[in-house]
Amino acid sequence: MRPAMRVLRLQGFPIFRQLQLEERLMHKSDENWCVFNNGTSPPTIVMGVSGSPEELLDVDAVSRDGIPVVRRFSGGGTVIVDEDTLFVTLICSRKAIPSLELFPRTILKWTGELYKNVFLDNPDFTVHEQDYAFGQTKIAGNAESISKDRWLHHTSFLWDYSPARMAYLTIPRRAPAYRLGRSHGDFICKLKDYLSYREELAELLEDALGRHFCLERTRLEDVDEEEYKHRTRFVELLRSPI
Amino acid sequence: MALRSMAAQAATILRIRCQPHLAQALAIPLARGFATTVPIPQDLKFLESHEWVKVESGTGTVGISDHAQHELGDVVFADLPEIGSSVTKGKNFGVVESVKACSDIYSPVSGEVIEVNEEVKQTPALVNKNAFGEGWLIKVKMSNVSDLDGLMDPAAYEEHVKSGGH
Repeated sequence: MRPAMRVLRLQGFPIFRQLQLEERLMHKSDENWCVFNNGTSPPTIVMGVSGSPEELLDVDAVSRDGIPVVRRFSGGGTVIVDEDTLFVTLICSRKAIPSLELFPRTILKWTGELYKNVFLDNPDFTVHEQDYAFGQTKIAGNAESISKDRWLHHTSFLWDYSPARMAYLTIPRRAPAYRLGRSHGDFICKLKDYLSYREELAELLEDALGRHFCLERTRLEDVDEEEYKHRTRFVELLRSPI
Repeated sequence: MALRSMAAQAATILRIRCQPHLAQALAIPLARGFATTVPIPQDLKFLESHEWVKVESGTGTVGISDHAQHELGDVVFADLPEIGSSVTKGKNFGVVESVKACSDIYSPVSGEVIEVNEEVKQTPALVNKNAFGEGWLIKVKMSNVSDLDGLMDPAAYEEHVKSGGH
């Protein structure tokens, strides 16, 4: 019998609140979840748990333009997200997929197979190192949080992106080998070049998830609001002295 | 993939004529046999979640296993507790980050943290380099020696890893 999974579809939900919600669901819920958010506002930079603003951002430009910076609870790299980012997060208990050993590579292998079924019409879809890609260009960044009994895998797909906003991010010192030193523009592709409309991603994903889980649509107001001490925080930047 | 290739070569060397399905059946246990190449020190005890403890004079040194570091990939950050804080057997005491993932780490014993490995905080790759040695994470003044009850010995842990770590 397929385990149950609650599906939460959000629209333009602020990423800071989404990340805190996910952190709470990861640590306080014992249910399986899929959170889908169609865009976010305002544009926000999101760093992984150990990200250093000085290394990863043009701090002066970010401060000058008042872009919020969030440090999330999961690992992984730095992204700038906005109204053209589509977010997909899976949060599962170990017993949902008992054969899955809870380590990053094994989880990514499972989710990679899931997304292969999402992008069946795109034979170039692949998993390159820890990225989802079409051919040699990255389509989505992802990150994970793993405990002994639960795992979370969140992905941000770029429906479209603004080169001006992307310029807030430096090329990370630690980059996948297949990046080959390429600029953001040459390394990343846009999902709108592969799908017909934004909601298609959620629809295809629910089809793929439905093979593994019994899906139940949930509204945000029906999600329990338990107290939790979040690691997800806004980051205060120090501009370089003039 | 590399482990399966080694297993296939081993089968050839042993002059085993295999059908593809049999070769795969052999490859999996042979590959798992190669998965932990570092011998497990015999004075350690383990949690199912792959943390180890070595007890000397009431102090437990805690780390993660070589299998865990191998499966995590490159460790890039370790968030460890403060000296003086308390840890509880089976409860999360910190996090290791490996490229894209944050993984909770659990204490095999309860007590007070009396030392934190500052070298690992500066150079997290030490966990990958020597998970059973210089990659240790914290030292705990144990509050209850009976915490060792129920932990796995090295043979049981090795079996746990071979069975897929569940």
